[in-house]
Amino acid sequence: MRFSTVSRHIREGFKNVARNGWMTFASMSSIAVSLFILGIFMLLALNVNKLADQLDNQVQITVYMQVDTAKAKEDEIERSIKRIPEVKSVTFVSKDEGLTRFRDSMGEEGKAALDGYEKENNPLPDAFEVEVFDPQKVGFVAKQIEAINTTDPSKSISKVKYGKETIDKLFSITNAVRNIGLFIVLGLAVMAMFLISTTIKMTIIARRREISIMKLVGATNNFIRWPFFIEGAIIGFGGSFLSTLVLLYGYSQLVQSTSATVGLYMIRFSTVSEVRTLVGGTIVILGTLLGVWGSTISVRKYLKV
Amino acid sequence: MIEMQDIWKTYADGTTALQGVNVVIDRNEFVYIVGPSGAGKSTFMKLIYREEVPTKGQISVNGFNIGKLKHRKIPYVRRNIGVIFQDYKLLPKMSAFENVAFAMEVIETPRRMIRRRTMEVLELVGLKHKASSLPAQLSGGEQQRVAIARAIVNNPAVIVADEPTGNLDPETSWGIMNLLEEINFRGTTIVMATHNKEIVNTLRKRVIAIERGSIVRDQLKGDYGYEI
Repeated sequence: MRFSTVSRHIREGFKNVARNGWMTFASMSSIAVSLFILGIFMLLALNVNKLADQLDNQVQITVYMQVDTAKAKEDEIERSIKRIPEVKSVTFVSKDEGLTRFRDSMGEEGKAALDGYEKENNPLPDAFEVEVFDPQKVGFVAKQIEAINTTDPSKSISKVKYGKETIDKLFSITNAVRNIGLFIVLGLAVMAMFLISTTIKMTIIARRREISIMKLVGATNNFIRWPFFIEGAIIGFGGSFLSTLVLLYGYSQLVQSTSATVGLYMIRFSTVSEVRTLVGGTIVILGTLLGVWGSTISVRKYLKV
Repeated sequence: MIEMQDIWKTYADGTTALQGVNVVIDRNEFVYIVGPSGAGKSTFMKLIYREEVPTKGQISVNGFNIGKLKHRKIPYVRRNIGVIFQDYKLLPKMSAFENVAFAMEVIETPRRMIRRRTMEVLELVGLKHKASSLPAQLSGGEQQRVAIARAIVNNPAVIVADEPTGNLDPETSWGIMNLLEEINFRGTTIVMATHNKEIVNTLRKRVIAIERGSIVRDQLKGDYGYEI
């Protein structure tokens, strides 16, 4: 193919976009709308994923000491816990601090009931909060800490707690949410494919006559195909780019307007800069490919004879 | 130029359009194909530009045996044949200029030459001033002139015209005929199917009459011969 022919095809592709005003609009909109919906679900899935990560990170082990354990003994235990490779951090929670937290969690009525338990009367033990690197290893680390106690003659650890059932349930939920999210996104992608190919097919059926005329004048299949191919790419790119702009703008507004309220619950939306490359990139690449694919498939049908 | 030997054509639905057609059309001839509707004229024309393939028999156009042509090769044969139709068959979204230029783009002519030659043939058919008009903005006669410009732009050896004046009023039809005669005069073979008695009887050429799939008359400087 001559260079002038290549540039002719590209020019012709752009011209076709303009010539077929309404059909271009229809197929661009169909690409934009389906990818917009896909984008919403992608954002949802990303945020659920992030939420799951945040919850994972909040999973921790609480190690309660025997009441009246000596400070030196506590330090020794702390060092042993820190020596476990899976452990990320160990925070000491004194019994006074423990009482304050307990009181705060009780609300107004509970506070009165706890009056008189301060200082020497505090029945709570000192404790360590242990964070691990991989939340899935919480159970394993808890066992390790219990093992420290069995080798320790003074048995100064009274209890190792990590809410086994809560954690297992949490993992099954977050895993399910991730899988379902992936499933929905894949389903929507397939749906978008059908919608787009149907629209493009319609635009090309309308141009069946044109294709047959081109053949009568002696155009080869490739010669006919290229401008359609380029037109499909332009439509796909345009539609998906538009949908990315609207989607990310809408999302940034959402993040901004809700950050004050939702932020209080320790839950944070993914920021726009965190998601834009992944979501925008996926949508634009997918859209362009869909446009090309749609026009190629449909034009092929009418190139025979 | 065009040679058919014992051509038979039966369509998939069982209708037989041509039965045992033998004909030789020489270089630079101007031939009318006449006959009642449904007699096989259109099939005869379609065989020449390889829209249809004969069921039986040999057909060669411009030295190519086009009965045995591979699909991939069809475009290259068509480039040597200019086609003109009753319904013009212009690309509706392209201007007159773009429609004519398309035939040159197909054979990968450099862009500057396309411009020059396209304007040249548009001038020949008298439509230079309407180069940027879309087909819908042109009258029937003007559209047919664009189609003729497109047919001749690559200097084909043969022009196949299937009722080129079928949709036009008498005056416009004569304009188109003058154009075709001039093209023929310049050395292009023209095969034209027509129902126009007046044209055939006035502009005397070779007449081939087809009835029920067979050639029933082949006459130099012939007449139309039918009363319609």
